[in-house]
Amino acid sequence: MNFLALFDLTVLDTTLRLAVPLLLACLAGLFSERAGIFDIGLEGKMLAAAFFSAAIAAVSGNVWLGLLAGIGASLVLSAVHGLASITFRGNQLISGVAINFLAAGMTVLIAQDWFSQGGRTPSLTDGGRFGPITLPFADAFSAVPVVGPIYAELISGHSILVYVALLCVPGTWYILFRTRFGLRLRAVGENPAAVDTAGVSVVGLRFVAVGICGILCGIAGAYLATGLQAGFVKDMTAGRGFIALAALIFAKWRPWHALWATLLFGYLQAIALRPDIIEGALGFKVQVQLLDALPYILTVVILAGFVGKAIPPRAGGEPYVKER
Amino acid sequence: MTSPAIELKGISKAFGPVQANKDISISVMPGTIHGIIGENGAGKSTLMSILYGFYKADAGEVFISGQKTEIPDSQAAIAAGIGMVFQHFKLVENFTVLENIILGAEDGGLLKPSLAKARKTLLELEQEYDLKVDPDAIIEEIGVGMQQRVEILKALYRQANILILDEPTGVLTPAEADQLFRILGRLKEEGKTIILITHKLREIMDITDTVSVMRRGEMTATVKTSETSPEHLAELMVGRKVLLQVDKVPATPGDVVLDIQNLRVVDEQKVERVKGINLQVRAGEILGIAGVAGNGQSELLEVLGGYANATGTITLNGQPIDLSGKHSDGRSRRERGIAHVPEDRQREGLIMDFAAWENTAFGYHRDPRYQSGILMNNAAIRIDTQEKMDRFDVRPPHPHLAAKNFSGGNQQKIVLAREIERNPDLLLVGQPTRGVDIGAIEFIHQQIVALRDQGKAILLVSVELEEILSLADRVAVMFDGQIMGERQSKETDEKELGLLMAGVSS
Repeated sequence: MNFLALFDLTVLDTTLRLAVPLLLACLAGLFSERAGIFDIGLEGKMLAAAFFSAAIAAVSGNVWLGLLAGIGASLVLSAVHGLASITFRGNQLISGVAINFLAAGMTVLIAQDWFSQGGRTPSLTDGGRFGPITLPFADAFSAVPVVGPIYAELISGHSILVYVALLCVPGTWYILFRTRFGLRLRAVGENPAAVDTAGVSVVGLRFVAVGICGILCGIAGAYLATGLQAGFVKDMTAGRGFIALAALIFAKWRPWHALWATLLFGYLQAIALRPDIIEGALGFKVQVQLLDALPYILTVVILAGFVGKAIPPRAGGEPYVKER
Repeated sequence: MTSPAIELKGISKAFGPVQANKDISISVMPGTIHGIIGENGAGKSTLMSILYGFYKADAGEVFISGQKTEIPDSQAAIAAGIGMVFQHFKLVENFTVLENIILGAEDGGLLKPSLAKARKTLLELEQEYDLKVDPDAIIEEIGVGMQQRVEILKALYRQANILILDEPTGVLTPAEADQLFRILGRLKEEGKTIILITHKLREIMDITDTVSVMRRGEMTATVKTSETSPEHLAELMVGRKVLLQVDKVPATPGDVVLDIQNLRVVDEQKVERVKGINLQVRAGEILGIAGVAGNGQSELLEVLGGYANATGTITLNGQPIDLSGKHSDGRSRRERGIAHVPEDRQREGLIMDFAAWENTAFGYHRDPRYQSGILMNNAAIRIDTQEKMDRFDVRPPHPHLAAKNFSGGNQQKIVLAREIERNPDLLLVGQPTRGVDIGAIEFIHQQIVALRDQGKAILLVSVELEEILSLADRVAVMFDGQIMGERQSKETDEKELGLLMAGVSS
């Protein structure tokens, strides 16, 4: 048995790439839920963003326009969620479910009507995708033992969105814990009445949070269709929005923990692609189906509360109504 | 002549058909403490919400230091120098004291400079007003008295000159309340204007300079505190003469009805809430359990009522009661003759959306009188409810009305009627008059005393010391899950009980 083989560089490389959409969605959920708005519509927003980014990138040939379109689509759905759950004080779970159904149906419908390729977008060619970026000195360093290959293969050679996602982690931490906006955002998720009596708008803060959530979901979806893959296919998010929610609970709503949690899920997805490595490491064959199911099994385990007590923001899920 | 710190002229506010405030005018001079007293629903809180920008008045004007001021939102109220300490604190529980203080009053986009400045200002305020708090303490880890000080500091940090306190002593021990009043006195000396909203006559008499009385949305009188008396104020509040003391003959205790030995209760978080207490209640006496909320009284009631498990022994009329097995439930308790008026009537005593007659049957729905074959005999329940409502003077006396449409006092009468009318051996009563107006309090107390005089045992839990002292024959004080001491209520006073409530054993 050779457990070290389980951490083959190519597997880790795939881990990072698969973790990125989860990480972005997880941070998106973090902003929303820290402000007290539960969002199970991450999945739908990512899916809509994936479709519109791929479609616009395919039509225009410009991946940046695609990214903008993806973010725009996600923001529209965020606005719907905000309107339903903040302005009209509706049920946040129902609004989220509706957004998921809406995205699942509309993306395929529009794709079929637009491109007539069975609900997909055309495959994206070079200008329509985010290509890999080689970091400086990657080639020169690759000869250095241990550190060299890690730098050249694992750290260098990803698309720009991977680095954006990674930078979002310290960025989120800084915003949340070092700025006035972060203080108010956390406060509004814990006790909106405290924010309201302090003379700050609860509605305004929550809409900004939901907006940030929309932007991050938009980037996540665009990365799926224009970075990880080359085009949109039906239901391509494959439950990533829900896995991100599980990771958020696992991370106890903290940015750095969100990184580790999504990397764990990314790793499980990556290793499932390489049954040969697992067989080599463990010495026996594991059913591919079981490997594929692992991230989802972990999700269920986390959501069932088996990983310690996670205390969500206290005002989460509750519309704010001024008391008399 | 100096102009008033705050002056209201002709404030009116209606919620639908309900006129919450009707043409209210008051004027408070700077450097004074002004009390506003009135029953629940008299419109005190509405008036203060208008002052703090939560509601917009339908008519009327507000003058701050002689200047006409519009208060469309809380931001404007803060800018006008008004600070509010709400009955339920508006603090973020898992933030530090310092973070709570700067929230909404930060100096810039980054937190660090704001926190440093607040820390410095806090030290100055601490010295000026003798308000001690630890700036780095987490709110949920400090006591309510301290949390209230944080609320006051929040207002002072925003440079409030007019401080409004809404029922500030509801959650405090008598010692903490005294400390609060010392702080208020200090604030007054420094020239701050304080408006104190309360329903406790004693506080008004102790600390205010002037007092306004509200009744049914109207301001019925404004008087100098030194020229009035509690009896006079109570009369102004209710609109008729009220007995402030419970009128009762001395108790004649009989046999032991309830005997509790070494009772322990552990909650879901594995925290021991009741730590081995012994208590006895005799027939024909009222045992009052005093204590600050959250010291194990609720758990004691839950165990006796049959909806929490415990270890130890409890006997009723000499027969043991099942504390954790199959017969540890509300139904078995009722069959044994224990009736329960729970502490939180809106959550545990009634279903607010159900009609009064449905609520009257709860817990007693197996009563043969309510049965008709396998169906409920709803007509019989309604007739029974009507009789109970008439006897207990429930207003309006309509059995079909949903529980939520009755006032607090009338809701309590519905619960009390349901429980007392079964002729129980033991009556458990939790907070019988919480959120109940003075007129109804008098009636409820009379009913409890009448039951005692029929030779029943009564266990009363209340956080209102005055109520315990006037209603109970014997008082046991709970602190941190233990009984700190027992006294005959005639032979003790608020001061002694207050010390016991704070955990100081004599």
